[in-house]
Amino acid sequence: MADEKIINTSEPVLRAEHLSIQFGGLRAVDDVNLTINHGELYGLIGPNGAGKTTFFNLITGVYKPTSGRFYLCGEELTGKSVIDINKKGIARTFQNIRLFGNLTVAENVMVGLSNQINCSMAESILRLPRHKKTEKEFKERAMEMLKVFKLDPYADYLAQNLPYGKQRRLEIARALATNPKLLLLDEPAAGMNPNETQELMDDILFIRDHFDMTILLIEHDMRLVGGICENLTVLNFGTELAQGKTSDVLNDPNVIKAYIGE
Amino acid sequence: MDKKAVFNFLKRYLSYIIIAAVALFYTVMSLTGSAKTADLYLLEKIAIAIILAVSLGMVVGFLGELSLGHAGFMCVGAYLGGKVSVILEPVLGNSFPTLLISIIVGGLVAALAGVVIGLPALRLRGDYLAIVTLAFGEIARSLFMNAPEALFGGTTGLKSPRFDKNSLFIVAFAFVLITIAVTQNLLHSKHGRAVTSIRDNEIAARAMGIDVTKYKLLVFMISSFFAGVAGVLFSYSNSRIQSASFDYNYSIEILVMVVLGGIGSINGSIVAATLITFLNVKLQTMLTGDLAVLQNLFYALILIVIVIYKNAPALKTFREKYNFKNFMALFRKKYPIKIRRFSDYGRRKNNQHL
Repeated sequence: MADEKIINTSEPVLRAEHLSIQFGGLRAVDDVNLTINHGELYGLIGPNGAGKTTFFNLITGVYKPTSGRFYLCGEELTGKSVIDINKKGIARTFQNIRLFGNLTVAENVMVGLSNQINCSMAESILRLPRHKKTEKEFKERAMEMLKVFKLDPYADYLAQNLPYGKQRRLEIARALATNPKLLLLDEPAAGMNPNETQELMDDILFIRDHFDMTILLIEHDMRLVGGICENLTVLNFGTELAQGKTSDVLNDPNVIKAYIGE
Repeated sequence: MDKKAVFNFLKRYLSYIIIAAVALFYTVMSLTGSAKTADLYLLEKIAIAIILAVSLGMVVGFLGELSLGHAGFMCVGAYLGGKVSVILEPVLGNSFPTLLISIIVGGLVAALAGVVIGLPALRLRGDYLAIVTLAFGEIARSLFMNAPEALFGGTTGLKSPRFDKNSLFIVAFAFVLITIAVTQNLLHSKHGRAVTSIRDNEIAARAMGIDVTKYKLLVFMISSFFAGVAGVLFSYSNSRIQSASFDYNYSIEILVMVVLGGIGSINGSIVAATLITFLNVKLQTMLTGDLAVLQNLFYALILIVIVIYKNAPALKTFREKYNFKNFMALFRKKYPIKIRRFSDYGRRKNNQHL
């Protein structure tokens, strides 16, 4: 699937310039600059309320930035809607899992594939040949994606009946089905035990290599962040506290102060 | 054809087969002249109720939005379609083309009303659609009642041409089949998945690039179209339509059919619509004169009993024992059966536990 994408690797996948949003008197995200290159595993960390998820909401179009711009592979996406931004190539998972609970595991991925395979509503209602052809393609590609995440034995289970760890994996699979250029993971390890977290770290590295994906993740689990992220940005009260290589940032006294206190 | 395919085929098409069989049976009856007028009237009413219930079920069950003005869209279709048939009668006579054209016009006008109502209401989250449709139903009704009498007949109602009573029910049943086919085909497609994903989690659906407003509007439009179709059939069946028939209670009655049949189940809506209409018409014909006041009492009592005992434990075991799956298992060698269900939008609560 990865070879279908034409990615200009010279341009950074995500470039945010002076991105800010203000809710009344509160600047939840204040002048954040970020550059993520192709194939990078980038971490966004910070104490609670630092504005990490707000930053995600900004670059997925849930909120419109009060000032600043952001670009995906050189194309400006500031101010576009959630739907358009997803179509352009930013897919996300949620901090609290948001699966389509009453759809099957396979159908969840098929919803993610919706914009990849075209079949008009009239063609579906009249059951024209194209409908049958595309439905087959939907099933095949969904199963292919589920196999990658070892979820294929559960294809016909309702998504809400999956155990927690598998729901997390399904959410990532569904996001990847939209064929993104940039994958955003919002606290993927939340609520996981150390074993599951270890498994997740392997998964994330595997996704990066298998799909040739660029990943930006929010995480509190320092073991995960230190283990897989190449570069980090630390947010505190909406502003950048530190930015750079993971090992440098994690040893920065300012970061330690913000996290643990003096 | 293997057993699994037969099972899936029947699960999907059994409703079509039964409806077509009933229609065919009564067609033969009416051709030989042995069908009672009362029975044919009942069939027309049932067909109209099924169209209404299935189309409302689309909005309530699959889109997850509450509409309280289905009778309003029906009203728009009935009056406009009825008017078209009155205009066309001198030209085309009281014929099938007149009926067909007025049905289509009635449906399209109702669909247009659906878009106009849905466009602002469906963009908002929450119960706005319920509020707006509730108001729309009452507004549409009083608009037609207070329109110039030459146009829509005012309080006395609009008189529509009489179509041959022996064949109106065939047309009605044809439209029942069309309604079910459109609904099922839509739901068992990528568009249906998109619609159900919106119901399950709108925020996630948006994040997956699903055009939420477009889908909501389209489903609401299709649903309104069929309400309009049912309205025109209603006007033909009653031969005179009065705006009082399309009041708030009627919208609620359609909603009762959908809820009773199980939200999100097409076949359930069909069964519930049939049962409730049968009950209603029978009560109307049985309790006449002084006893007419008891109609609503009995109707309410029976509904309460159904709601209370629908999920009674004793009935539940009965249903589990004699459900469609086990019935089909009689034709299988292996028992218990395990079927891979890929796109089954009905009730799927009996999943195996992990």
